[in-house]
Amino acid sequence: MTLRDILDKLLRRQPASANTARERLQLVLAHDRSDLSPELLDQMRREIFEVVARYVEIDLDEGDVSLETEDRVTALVANLPIRRPLAVASGATGDE
Amino acid sequence: MAPTSRTILICSGKGGVGKTTLTANLGIALARLGLRTVVLDADFGLRNLDLLLGLENRIVFTAQEVLAESCRLEQALVKHKQEPNLALLPAGNPRMLEWLKPEDMKTIAGMLEEQFDYVLIDCPAGIEDGFKNAVAAAKEAIVITTPEVSAVRDADRVIGLLNTHGVKPVQLVLNRVRPKMMANQEMLAVDDVTDILALPLLGLVLEDEQVIVSTNRGEPLTLNGSKSPAARAYGNVARRLQGEEVALIDPSKEGRGLRAKVRRLMQKKIF
Ligand SMILES: Nc1ncnc2c1ncn2[C@@H]1O[C@H](COP(=O)(O)OP(=O)(O)OP(=O)(O)O)[C@@H](O)[C@H]1O
Ligand SMILES: [Mg+2]
Repeated sequence: MTLRDILDKLLRRQPASANTARERLQLVLAHDRSDLSPELLDQMRREIFEVVARYVEIDLDEGDVSLETEDRVTALVANLPIRRPLAVASGATGDE
Repeated sequence: MAPTSRTILICSGKGGVGKTTLTANLGIALARLGLRTVVLDADFGLRNLDLLLGLENRIVFTAQEVLAESCRLEQALVKHKQEPNLALLPAGNPRMLEWLKPEDMKTIAGMLEEQFDYVLIDCPAGIEDGFKNAVAAAKEAIVITTPEVSAVRDADRVIGLLNTHGVKPVQLVLNRVRPKMMANQEMLAVDDVTDILALPLLGLVLEDEQVIVSTNRGEPLTLNGSKSPAARAYGNVARRLQGEEVALIDPSKEGRGLRAKVRRLMQKKIF
């Protein structure tokens, strides 16, 4: 956080455009580099949620699956807060 | 082959970001360091390198005749009058694009590597056939970009392709930097670009009106020992290629006045 950022907040000014540029670039490059369109990522996100939801109850509003990129390495990062384990999940393994 | 010959592709992805200007100025700067240098115009569609070097009226043969073996390489090379260490191998006519293959570019580069210390290839914009031909001949590359989202995005594409072609090392030149805009955080910072592209920074060239003046005259800035910021930057790129350690300018530290001081204070991370 810089003095400028604070002033921007206080004066309700738009943040400097360089920050916006950096964030937009990082996002678009994560997609470019993985060759995943936003639509495909969306579909994948839904399917991942579906699979995980079979085992644990997840908080869909808080959950997120996204691409992150650093040093030319792109990773798929899933952050899925668990509310509580599903009762059926433990039974599903079936070896008790 | 000259034992130390280096073949460097100068490319960008996006058009108009300064490839040809860099090739011309770097060519002259290397030649002035006493290195036998040739610049190869690989932009057959829209050739311009001859014009920037002021050699457009001295072209008799081109790479096309050399490949067709209707002239010798020596006949096609255009030597720069004031800087005899520099030669240009002009691009043939645009119809060459129809039959030119990556192998042909390799052949040409191979011939040049026998006589020159540096072979600089001015790459066309884009990532289509023109790029693919040029990249086939390259051993290393300089990617040039401006601090703008579209140019950086396209540079990233090109870097990915250079990696798959095994071109190494790949270094970055950041062009048309405006220190004031950077200081006001209205332009991507130098670190933003180098972090995002994850390339070592070989040079940083400021936006400089003298570039246009020199283009008008067909005399690259590095030719006459100009002291303009861009001229110094191109000269520094040449010295860094030669392994010399030359400090980079810090655009955010440009300016000494009160305004500049306030600007710096505003940017300081406080928590
Ligand atoms: N540092 C600079 N300061 C000011 N103007 C510049 C600078 N670098 C390049 N230019 C200008 O930008 C324009 C494009 O430059 P140049 O022809 O070198 O780009 P290019 O990447 O070779 O373009 P193309 O993709 O069409 O081949 C020219 O008009 C040139 O004078
Ligand atoms: Mg050009």
